[in-house]
Amino acid sequence: MKKSLALILSGLMAVSVLAGCSSSTEETTAAASEAETTTAAAADAETEAETEAETEAESEAEALSGAVATDGSTSMESVIGILGESFMQEYPDVTFTYNPTGSGSGITAVQEGRCDIGLSSRALKDEEVESGLKGETLCLDGIAIIVNPENPVEDLSIEQIGKMYTGEITNWSEVGGNDEEIVLIGREAGSGTRDGFESITGTEDACQYRQELTSTGDVITTVSQNPSAIGYASLSSISDSVKAITVEGVEATEDTVRDGSYKIQRPFVLVTKDGEELSPQAQAFYDYAMSSDVADLIAQAGAVAIH
Amino acid sequence: MNRHKLETVVHGIFLIMGLITIACVLLITIYLVIAGIPAIREIGIVDFLFGEEWASTAAEPKFGILPFILTSIYGTAGAMLIGVPIGFMTAVFTAKVAPFKVRMIIEEAVSLLAGIPSVVYGLVGMLVLVPGIRELFDIPDGASLFAAIIVLAIMTLPSIINVSLTALEAVPKEYEEASLALGATEIETYFRVSVPAAKSGIAAAVVLGVGRAIGEAMAVMMVSGNAPNMPSLFESVRFLTTAVASEMSYSSGLQRQALFSIALVLFMFIMMINAALNFLMKRDKEN
Repeated sequence: MKKSLALILSGLMAVSVLAGCSSSTEETTAAASEAETTTAAAADAETEAETEAETEAESEAEALSGAVATDGSTSMESVIGILGESFMQEYPDVTFTYNPTGSGSGITAVQEGRCDIGLSSRALKDEEVESGLKGETLCLDGIAIIVNPENPVEDLSIEQIGKMYTGEITNWSEVGGNDEEIVLIGREAGSGTRDGFESITGTEDACQYRQELTSTGDVITTVSQNPSAIGYASLSSISDSVKAITVEGVEATEDTVRDGSYKIQRPFVLVTKDGEELSPQAQAFYDYAMSSDVADLIAQAGAVAIH
Repeated sequence: MNRHKLETVVHGIFLIMGLITIACVLLITIYLVIAGIPAIREIGIVDFLFGEEWASTAAEPKFGILPFILTSIYGTAGAMLIGVPIGFMTAVFTAKVAPFKVRMIIEEAVSLLAGIPSVVYGLVGMLVLVPGIRELFDIPDGASLFAAIIVLAIMTLPSIINVSLTALEAVPKEYEEASLALGATEIETYFRVSVPAAKSGIAAAVVLGVGRAIGEAMAVMMVSGNAPNMPSLFESVRFLTTAVASEMSYSSGLQRQALFSIALVLFMFIMMINAALNFLMKRDKEN
């Protein structure tokens, strides 16, 4: 009797230990799993879409097989992950791969023919277009600038934001706020949001972060706790606990991102070789990603769909 | 005959179980060394260990981990400075002074403290401790080395208390009785007789606490701010553990390799601590 009780107890302990472990690993990879959870959420939408698509796609799906290789921007991870997964559900014989290397390497990979579609989180440069590449915008990514709700500052220019993050402006009173030292909250090195924010505000490698946090949720919590903090986060994840300020007089919403009036945004671009035909399965993915059917999926991944 | 066979089979099963553990340790060690060496070679061991700047994704990346090493050492030392006196006194009180009921309550509380997942410590730290420090010391932001030290001190308490407690209880009753019979007061007896007799066990408790503190990542990451600054009590800092954890998810190329090298350095620290622990335990047994 005692023995079996001991066994049960030790079993319970083992389970609780495991549970403890998994919860902490979940936290550490929170940023990475963000994409996964959104994918999981998308599953519902997929099943609906599937039943419709199944009948028409079945004949096509059988014909398509092989691999679709994408390579590039780490910021596009969640968007491309969600699209790739739903695409593979429709075409089970196609293997979809995504290699998160960064926009620059993705563009080079297309040029060298190492992948089908390159992913870039910036518009192509002129010399890249001249070298025979074609970029088409898949969707837009808006980055909201957030402050504590107690902060009286309502509007900042991109120049002011840049100066704050590089340490030229250190007190809120210099931009019309209270006499408090500005606390700069940002994301960890390698994060797509950080990369986007720094490239738009022109503060690459020059930000004097007070805190570098590993997930959007942490940034929002921290800013909501500290009246003198400023941070940035993907537009879709902003909650009421923080205040998104207007940038050069424009509020950050899906509409202002779409019409281009909200400045802290960047395009997510699919890059291919101009004039060269894609493999049938890669072309199918390209068309699929650019179609209006996937607007919901893109929105779930936190970006602004434009097709 | 059959019984003999069964015996051999069971023996074999136990052997395999034992080997699995050893294989895991070996595998992790070998993997860490193989994965950690290339970046150290490329960066150069001196630049890597003593470089003061970490900018892993900059146009000209810099991989100096001295800030992380010093932060880990200072953070652990700070946690011990707070945790050891509290833990030690608690252990002496619980083992020698406290009445039975009080003792039960303390032991329950300590084991509960040991069971709280580190992410919960981090969360409470983030929502209560960090804003508290900000207001108490009137600094712009509370996420700092100090916040991490407080969290680590609390987290190391259970290991310090439990191991010291066991060591204090193992002191033979005769020692204390002899001391009391010679006219020493109770408190004199505990601190002049019991504690010296248990000193290597208590030292082992401290080392165990150090191991726990230096290896903690989650809770520390949530309260320390994570900016790769040189350590300073009220500045945002990054530990060895959090350096690996915070950048791993999106890292690539040399940056990722360098993170493995940091893990290797951390592993070396833990090995040294384990060696110290083994040494103390052994001495304790011989005594």
